[in-house]
Amino acid sequence: MKRTTLAASAAIALVWASQANAQANELTLCWAAWDPANALVELSKDFEAQTGTKMKFEFVPWPNFADRILNELNSGGQLCDLLIGDSQWIGGAAENGWYVKLNDFFDKEGISMDDFAPATVYAYSTWPKGTPNYYALPAMGDANGWFYRKDWFARPEIQAEFKEKYGRDLAEPKTQKELLEIAQFFQGREIDGKTVYGASIFTERGSEGITMGATGALYAWGFKYENTPGKYDMEGAVNSPEAVEALEFYKELYKTATPPGYDNAYMEQSLDAFKSGQVAMAMNWFAFFPGLYADPNTGGDKIDFFVNPPQNVAASTLGGQGISVVANTDNMDGALAYIKWFANPEVQKKWWAAGGYSCHKAVLEDPNFVNTAPFAGDFLEAMAGVQDFWQEPAYAQLLLAMQERLHNYIVADQGTAKEALDGLIADWTEIFQDEGKL
Amino acid sequence: MTNPIEAAARATPAALARRVRGLSDRAIAWIFVAPTIFLLLAINIFPLIWTVRLSFTNFAANRPNREVEWVGLRNYTRILTDAGTWETMQTTAHFLVWTIALQVLIGFTLAWLINRKFKGNDLLTTLIVLPMMLSPAVVGNVWTFLYQPQIGLVNYMVELVTGTPASSFSMLGPGGLAKWSIIIVDTWMWTPFVMLICLAGLRSIPDYIYEAAEVDRASKWRQFWTITVPMVLPFLMLAVLFRGIENFKMFDMVNLLTGGGPGNETLLTSIDLKREAFEKWRTGYSSAYAIILFVTVFGLASIYVKALNKVKER
Repeated sequence: MKRTTLAASAAIALVWASQANAQANELTLCWAAWDPANALVELSKDFEAQTGTKMKFEFVPWPNFADRILNELNSGGQLCDLLIGDSQWIGGAAENGWYVKLNDFFDKEGISMDDFAPATVYAYSTWPKGTPNYYALPAMGDANGWFYRKDWFARPEIQAEFKEKYGRDLAEPKTQKELLEIAQFFQGREIDGKTVYGASIFTERGSEGITMGATGALYAWGFKYENTPGKYDMEGAVNSPEAVEALEFYKELYKTATPPGYDNAYMEQSLDAFKSGQVAMAMNWFAFFPGLYADPNTGGDKIDFFVNPPQNVAASTLGGQGISVVANTDNMDGALAYIKWFANPEVQKKWWAAGGYSCHKAVLEDPNFVNTAPFAGDFLEAMAGVQDFWQEPAYAQLLLAMQERLHNYIVADQGTAKEALDGLIADWTEIFQDEGKL
Repeated sequence: MTNPIEAAARATPAALARRVRGLSDRAIAWIFVAPTIFLLLAINIFPLIWTVRLSFTNFAANRPNREVEWVGLRNYTRILTDAGTWETMQTTAHFLVWTIALQVLIGFTLAWLINRKFKGNDLLTTLIVLPMMLSPAVVGNVWTFLYQPQIGLVNYMVELVTGTPASSFSMLGPGGLAKWSIIIVDTWMWTPFVMLICLAGLRSIPDYIYEAAEVDRASKWRQFWTITVPMVLPFLMLAVLFRGIENFKMFDMVNLLTGGGPGNETLLTSIDLKREAFEKWRTGYSSAYAIILFVTVFGLASIYVKALNKVKER
């Protein structure tokens, strides 16, 4: 009996020890489920080969990404060792102690934030904003851009008709208003026996869609969140005449130049509309551009890309993420080793080649960079003028308030643009008062 | 032959038997009931009390490091004075009243028609109850496609019948149709449930009552109003209670179909509450919201159950 008990205990101990060892050599990286995530899986095989660490991945579809991961962090879960989290999360993640502060590690390993594009360091890594307190390594640069049917634009009969109507050549728009004209020109047009539409834009209500879309227009008109950065003085900034005009513009774009039924559309719907040949133009994140270019039906010669057109200023809505070490990880050394590996310029070059958007200057400042992809130049141009939403710890409340106000005005036809923005100031003021910041 | 009780008594270890022998019947009853009561307290009562406590604070579940302040009745006054909350309540009431009315009307009619002997009766019943066997997530996704303006069957049928261009209107988009679209889907899905309950009621009416009425030369119309309706009424009221409670907490299907939009046109209280609690992370505020909804449902359900009991006693 004693011998049996001893043997059983030894077996259990062995299994436990081997599991613990396996866990120590395993890392789980959490991110959204999209094209770049697949590229990262391939890229990470190098890391596995170099270190013997087994990489596991937890990719969550975008509509559930924030809910799923923030719940995980909030509940102190140990699902993720590494997280490529949205830029807006950084304030809350830093203040709640969800991310490891990486300054000492960067110093020790000689990783310099000067090696990364400044806009990405500011947006993806720092909290409080702009201070040298780093909670992430810029991992995936991104901005909201545009793509269009180059083959339709090039058709002589369409060119001629456009020139006759607007007195200029049909080409990539140089301003937001030109974009609207082009979209309206294509709306309801018959092309190859099919009715097509102007543009697919973001109108989604539930997560962040309509805010990410409409801010493309707002930033281009010169929208600011505050009159004085850090003062939360929003009156006159958020509801400025320019902001009102921009919002009216976005509503007109939605009402007069988008396909029917696209009243709750985000990334996926925008891609579907374009790939199914329904629209002449579409907005989406640069992250999708490699996949769009490779599409056998609407990619290649048929597609081209352009940066969000300016109106009063050149500006694009920021996307993208930094990679952080989750404070709850039970494999801290492994997670930091991954960050060190990922920060290597050679790995960053492979990352760009695989379809990820590196933020490293070794990639972006390479003289040949703009020739590496048809959208590479646009990406550089967009990243030079990116603007992001509030990155406050209360960002979720701030974002949902904006979602509601914008959707109610743009899609549901409630009130005026001015009323929507005034209401937004009231919502945000209440939130900042609750936060003790006003 | 050994009595099974004696056999069980003999099989009980002597030490345990001595211990149990000392307990009263009441104590033994408590031993059996205690685990259930403990579970009930842990799973239902404790969270309820905790929610009440949270509703008086500014607690945010995603901000564990922030100081939790006691805010008194602020959350309650904010909710009850917020025009948006009342709009959401109205939307929920609109959804509830119309879905229940349509489901009762159509469900009862279907049950009445199907409660006759004809060829293919069983097959037809099975086909009718199919929608309620589907997952709400599946129903939500399927109907999203059916309502799609360009490729959806619904718009196509409307164009075929009325000549209105299919892509000129959106069942789930702006224009006032969305709140009716969700009612149509819920009615399609849950009418069979009401039908089944009504069918049970109809089949519980003994034939001799109708036979007696025939002898008294009561017309079919009179039989319907004086026999069928009163005897099915308790079943109908039960169906209304079930559907009322279910639809008050409706979330999945409507969330998939419209997400509460366009604007707030289909924003039901359950969707609004989920947003406040798990997207905006206003835990204290959403706790107060949940308590208000709980009191509302509990109050209405209590009144309704009393009415139901009165009808049954008649």
